[in-house]
Amino acid sequence: MPLDVQTLLKRFREGDRVALSRVISLVENDHPSSPVILDTLYPFTGKALRVGVTGPPGAGKSTLVDHVAARMRTDSQKVGIVAVDPTSPFSGGALLGDRVRMSSVNLDDGVFIRSMASRGSSGGLAWKTFEVCEVLDAFGVDRIIVETVGVGQGELEIADEAHSTVVVLVPESGDGVQAMKAGLMEIGDIFVINKSDRESADTARRMLDSALELKPVKNGWRPPVLSTVALKGEGVEELHRKIEEHLRLLVTSGSIQHRRMEGVRAKIVEILRNRIIQSAWERNKLGRLIDAEVVSVMAGGSTPYKSAAEILRKTGQ
Amino acid sequence: MERKVRVLVAKPGLDGHDRGAKVVASALRDAGMEVIYTGLHQTPEMIVEAAVQEDVDVVGLSILSGAHMTLLPRVVQLLREKGVDDVLVVGGGIIPEADAEELASAGIARIFGPGCPTSEIASYIKDWFETSERAGV
Amino acid sequence: MSDCEKIREAGAKWRERLRPSATERDALFETISGEPVRDLYTPCDVEGLDYERDLGFPGQFPFTRGIRNNMYRGRLWTMRQFSGFGTAMDTNKRYHFLLDRGQTGLSVAFHMPTIMGYDSDHPRSLGEVGRCGVAIDSLEDMEVLFDRIPLDRVSTSMTINAPASILLAFYICVAEKQGVSSDKISGTIQNDILKEYIAQKTWIFPPEPSMRIITDIMGFCVDHVPRWNTISISGYHIREAGSTAAQELAFTLADGFAYVEAGIKAGLDVDRFAPRLSFFFNAHLDFFEETAKYRAARRIWAREMKEKYKAKKPESWLLRFHTQTAGCSLTAQQPENNIVRTAYEALSAVLGGTQSLHTNSMDETLALPSEKAAQIALRTQQIIACESGVANTIDPLAGSYFVEALTERLEKEAYDYFDKIESMGGVVKAIDRGFFQKEIADAAYEYQKKIEQKKAIVVGVNEYVIEDEEIEIPILKIDPEVERIQVGRVRALREKRDNGLVKTRLEALKKAAAGPDNLMPLILEAARAYATLGEIIQVLKEVFGEYKERPIF
Ligand SMILES: Nc1nc2c(ncn2[C@@H]2O[C@H](COP(=O)(O)OP(=O)(O)O)[C@@H](O)[C@H]2O)c(=O)[nH]1
Ligand SMILES: [Mg+2]
Repeated sequence: MPLDVQTLLKRFREGDRVALSRVISLVENDHPSSPVILDTLYPFTGKALRVGVTGPPGAGKSTLVDHVAARMRTDSQKVGIVAVDPTSPFSGGALLGDRVRMSSVNLDDGVFIRSMASRGSSGGLAWKTFEVCEVLDAFGVDRIIVETVGVGQGELEIADEAHSTVVVLVPESGDGVQAMKAGLMEIGDIFVINKSDRESADTARRMLDSALELKPVKNGWRPPVLSTVALKGEGVEELHRKIEEHLRLLVTSGSIQHRRMEGVRAKIVEILRNRIIQSAWERNKLGRLIDAEVVSVMAGGSTPYKSAAEILRKTGQ
Repeated sequence: MERKVRVLVAKPGLDGHDRGAKVVASALRDAGMEVIYTGLHQTPEMIVEAAVQEDVDVVGLSILSGAHMTLLPRVVQLLREKGVDDVLVVGGGIIPEADAEELASAGIARIFGPGCPTSEIASYIKDWFETSERAGV
Repeated sequence: MSDCEKIREAGAKWRERLRPSATERDALFETISGEPVRDLYTPCDVEGLDYERDLGFPGQFPFTRGIRNNMYRGRLWTMRQFSGFGTAMDTNKRYHFLLDRGQTGLSVAFHMPTIMGYDSDHPRSLGEVGRCGVAIDSLEDMEVLFDRIPLDRVSTSMTINAPASILLAFYICVAEKQGVSSDKISGTIQNDILKEYIAQKTWIFPPEPSMRIITDIMGFCVDHVPRWNTISISGYHIREAGSTAAQELAFTLADGFAYVEAGIKAGLDVDRFAPRLSFFFNAHLDFFEETAKYRAARRIWAREMKEKYKAKKPESWLLRFHTQTAGCSLTAQQPENNIVRTAYEALSAVLGGTQSLHTNSMDETLALPSEKAAQIALRTQQIIACESGVANTIDPLAGSYFVEALTERLEKEAYDYFDKIESMGGVVKAIDRGFFQKEIADAAYEYQKKIEQKKAIVVGVNEYVIEDEEIEIPILKIDPEVERIQVGRVRALREKRDNGLVKTRLEALKKAAAGPDNLMPLILEAARAYATLGEIIQVLKEVFGEYKERPIF
């Protein structure tokens, strides 16, 4: 049965969750129909606010996401959750287990949870996370929560994609220091010390507080440090309030609008860049020219720089 | 990029024997698949909801509680009710031969019993996927 | 020159002479746990062994050779076959069958809904009723289960964990009705919640309130049910989940120490509750490694109880244990072979000095045991006891260079794990981090890979396979009627009991759960009023919350 994208999108627009799920797959897999889909859905996007939740593995992110989503539901908001975990570099496969912790919303038809593997992208996000968020947005969710593992310098992309970024840490010694080194301090709009039922929670909180003092207040927002016990749902109300407060600030200050504009610009630039490169590449048969130069460099007759200049000269650029 | 096969590994029933489910999940990951693990003690409703949201190609159900004749057909039935009929549903666990035959007619394509190598499960899934209508999308 | 040097020198010569002809089979020379095994063990491998300090005499510290002076010459181990299926009526019949055939204790297998705290008429119980154990919803069912079984003479082991307090309460009530007071009954509840989080995964509440219920039970039994084993600290399920022998040993003992610490912290005197702690181990196929495991376990427990926890009574130092042969070692292929596997496993447990034993039935991987299979399993133990001669002398493998070296090695590995667990802040924290779960999952996956690569051989599965094999053993089928009957029973009970009384007793329990008082007396009161298991669990859930797993691979 050939794929009928128009019928699928019609079902999508009618609120069919199976269709939503298939559309996400097409976009995630970069199916040839993906540009058409994103084009068609674009007019319906722009409403959902995106919350990123990041932090080291085991910090309690999924447990918190579960609670926060449930809390959002009490305001009758529809919620999309995207949970990203790394793809195994050895096999290309992945084990995605975040759903296990989200059992209080997994039967709620106002919540849609999607697990994604990073598939070779290195920034902590999956390759197509942004596009998948767009699809959820077009489907009509009010909030999108993106959970990612964030420990290292290279895993902080979430902050670019989310409107509000929540960094989840645990009291264990070293974690806070680790976080500062890894740059998590830079990206957090809200900090959470989860597992505050543990002894050293107060110390951790104080450490974090004093580290944040040094950070300049940005757009009238000083990142708060909250304590939660995700297991018992303690501190979730406060966390939810801070998230909404921050989002509201972003909306009223026009910052979301501005970011969207910047996002649109970046997107156009990205698409153009890809297209231009591709067409120039094909027009000038660059592949073959490069092959020839590689041989020449390997034979000691040229260097990469000289070769590149030579190719540019030959193609009249 | 090659289209990844997505598999839901779920444990219906009240028993806690997840050794098999986890070994299979790890093996399928090592065979290059994306495995979504639902955890223990799942009702058919939860499993089907997860299968829909994750748009998986395959649903693998591991059960050792003896409730397979009730729970496994129910998963297939609920999937059909949602209009999902192109997904492969397979099972594993302590399931007598005679029951496996009955389950086959209820839409459980294959039962992998104790001692079945995980490589057999992976290649069964791959073979199915290649000829399935899901492969292209 | 010391003896050992002489032996080493002679050994080197032996090897020299041997070399030209000493080619070895293409096989993995290691234990089933993946530990390398050398071709020969000599006195040099146990050079540091001090007889008095490390082995001692049976019934004497450190109890390596056994916990009783005379061991099986005094009394054989208890043959305790785990069984339960269908309704209480069905299982009561099976119990009478087993007692008639010479079994000496009962062991109750409950169905999944009971284990998970649901009544048979709960939606979650759909399809599960009576399937892998007996359906017990209330005191009424328990009365039927033990009908015509004198509870002052038969000891009963109940494999129940999260709802253990409730089943114990039911049992005490049945005894009362038989006119047997609670200080006369004896038996065991498994009640080992830590290994549920680690391996078996039939939990209900989070660890903290679960530990509180356990210390409540320990406290209550010290005063009212003194002959009851309040916790059976279980390695069985840890092993079944795929751990190695060393992990089974280490994690189980670590759990044991955690209970001791919890008891002490709750203000109980270690010498009052420690003698009622017992253990439950797996008997897997690697014969010598298993025997060594039990011997190491006794030695470690005795030493730590005496030295670290300052227990003064020798009974507190004793590691008493039940053993079950390894369900995970059995195969669905050529199931009759399982009789042989089980026999070797049982033998290792007997040579390791077990206090009681369950031997698996050959059809375990296909369904619940049929009557025939259950009988052969019991006969296996009886043959070991009466025909093999191994029960004539105590700890016959002691002094074997290999077995003593293995015992020492396992002991050392256990202490390495204790250090790791300690550095993580104890067992509960390590569970929280997924430490045990990860160790076990890794070991299970490793072993599976070895089988698939044929580095480990399983007869009938990856070698000596019979194509298109016809299974020829009878299979026990659970009549789907069971579910209908049982659901009818629990519904009828709700109609006929005094529901006002049930309500007040449940409310009282709920109130107490939020406070510090011992919950056992309130659970007993609720049980006497015929509150169901599901109802009691439900009010406790409202106070304690529910545990959610963390997926670890
Ligand atoms: N003690 C304690 N444990 C928690 C808390 N929140 C989560 N956990 C545990 O931490 C583990 C990891 O939680 P999860 O939500 O999967 O973390 P993630 O990897 O960051 O998504 C689980 O075992 C939870 O039970 C908390 O507030 N206190
Ligand atoms: Mg997570």
